[in-house]
Amino acid sequence: MKRLHLEGLDALFGALRGAGYTLIGPRLRDRAIVLDELESAAELPIGWTDREQDGGHYRVAARGDDARFGYVTGPQGWKRWLFPPQEVLLRARRLGQGMRIEAATVEAPRRAFIGVRACDLAAIAVQDRVFVHDPGYQARRAACFIVAVNCTEAGGTCFCVSQGSGPRAGAGFDLALTELCGDGQHRFLVEAGSQVGATLLDTLDAVEATAADHEALEAGLARARGQMGRRIEHEGLAAALREHLDHPYWQKVGERCLGCANCTLVCPTCFCAEVEDRMSLDGSEAERVRHWDSCFNLEHSYVVGGTVRTSTAARYRQWLTHKLAHWETQFGVSGCTGCGRCITACPVGIDITAEAAALRQA
Amino acid sequence: MSKKHLDAPRKPRLAVFKFASCDGCQLSLLDCEDELLAVADAVDIAYFPEATSTMQPGPYELVLVEGSITTPHDRQRIQQIRRQARVLVTIGACATSGGIQALRNFRDVAEFARIVYARPEYIDTLATSTAIAAHVRVDYELRGCPIDKQQLLGTLAALLHGRRPPLPRYSVCEECKRLGHVCVMVAHGTPCLGPVTQAGCGALCPGCSRGCYGCFGPKEEPNTAALSAQLATLGVDAAARTRLYHTFNAGADAFRKAGEA
Repeated sequence: MKRLHLEGLDALFGALRGAGYTLIGPRLRDRAIVLDELESAAELPIGWTDREQDGGHYRVAARGDDARFGYVTGPQGWKRWLFPPQEVLLRARRLGQGMRIEAATVEAPRRAFIGVRACDLAAIAVQDRVFVHDPGYQARRAACFIVAVNCTEAGGTCFCVSQGSGPRAGAGFDLALTELCGDGQHRFLVEAGSQVGATLLDTLDAVEATAADHEALEAGLARARGQMGRRIEHEGLAAALREHLDHPYWQKVGERCLGCANCTLVCPTCFCAEVEDRMSLDGSEAERVRHWDSCFNLEHSYVVGGTVRTSTAARYRQWLTHKLAHWETQFGVSGCTGCGRCITACPVGIDITAEAAALRQA
Repeated sequence: MSKKHLDAPRKPRLAVFKFASCDGCQLSLLDCEDELLAVADAVDIAYFPEATSTMQPGPYELVLVEGSITTPHDRQRIQQIRRQARVLVTIGACATSGGIQALRNFRDVAEFARIVYARPEYIDTLATSTAIAAHVRVDYELRGCPIDKQQLLGTLAALLHGRRPPLPRYSVCEECKRLGHVCVMVAHGTPCLGPVTQAGCGALCPGCSRGCYGCFGPKEEPNTAALSAQLATLGVDAAARTRLYHTFNAGADAFRKAGEA
């Protein structure tokens, strides 16, 4: 493991830009930490945190230091950069009695994701499986360089420990940083996770990390683990959910659920989409567009004759059982990485960890 | 789908009728600027007093109806228009739910007339302002105050080519999240009707850090009870909740009931 001084971050950003990457990372906007294009490390949310999170509640606050990555998980995951909210799949042009269909050009710019948390690395790994046959996703994925950042603090709705995904970035990154700034020496520990990452790290003015650095890293990770107030007990959960498909408890959740779809849209692993055809007024051109959809929408389960899941309770059950039980069968991994976004983003604060526990005991 | 599309051999004839409304929604058609010529190419504008003095009699392949029913005369007129229309699309909150003027439904209109007019006996009005669908069959509804221009164009294009118009019934939240807006309710504590309001506006207000005021009306199966409980915890009292629900879509069942709860 190497160590970079604070200015080393600028060098890292410069090196990535020099290698042709557009930088995507956190910045403060509209009183939240959002992911956006960055020009330099000065645009990071310096001295801000968003640890204050709870069901339906998210607040940013000044930290009182100048940490660059002092926030936890902002409202957005990285999925919009790999699985865009809207994507043109094909275009068609009328030619006499027929038409010509052209596949849309896949846009896959080289992007460096700056500040990917362990839960989100796990989420990207999940979507890598989901979109294994999706050329657009695969092209964008292949074009990205991932700079992970280990969590040394946890947010109010984090539960990555119980999902086995964090707080330390295990795999799936090119470089992983740990920011240490509590002891008067602002520095970053850097670990390479790929050959590309190692090559880039070699160009930076990094020194070997000391034993004290390693201790500080372990202390930070322990602090994050210790701060996590939520967990999902996995032992026997999938079986319990499958057994309780007709339990009246679903109805109770359905009464609280707005059916607004926020949980699914902020979830970094949810992948549902709808495909819509659009046409010009004169009918000479058409395009097929895929955009984010949600299992909370009635039309999502519409088949000939009507909607299959006709109640909010049924739609909530679909989401929760897919995420925590059927996902494993379908993709070989859990659909939940413990990022906590669905809890924070639910306007009425429905908590997946509490509902899973209640259904398990039901 | 039934033969609702406009597969006439000649150009489909379009008519635009107005009831109690401010004209803003039909102006959205004229506001199509870049696409206006394409619209004029695709349809024969047979009746549209806001745009042209040429007024051709029906029947029409496509009729857009703006405004709500507030007078006995209009109650008759909408029946005649329906008979002239192959496909009837209502445009805007007035036509789809009764509009802001549906606030009269909660009060004594005869008393209003006495207070406001020197000669109330000249006023021939109904006690209520109601949606077009309360009087005749409506094929498609474009929500909003005003409607969204792109939804209007998308609906025209779909109908012209025999396809179902893309009119989502899900929440405004979905548009917010696709656009990457920060949730004003979760991150700022701002009261917002987005979770119970139908999408289609492009999440305009939350995109400006304002709460959604529900001008697109209730979404499919809106859970207003759960939202109201959350609004109460954000400090929105019962009177303020009533004001929130009872605006442009006060006449829509779900919002009317939520405001009365």
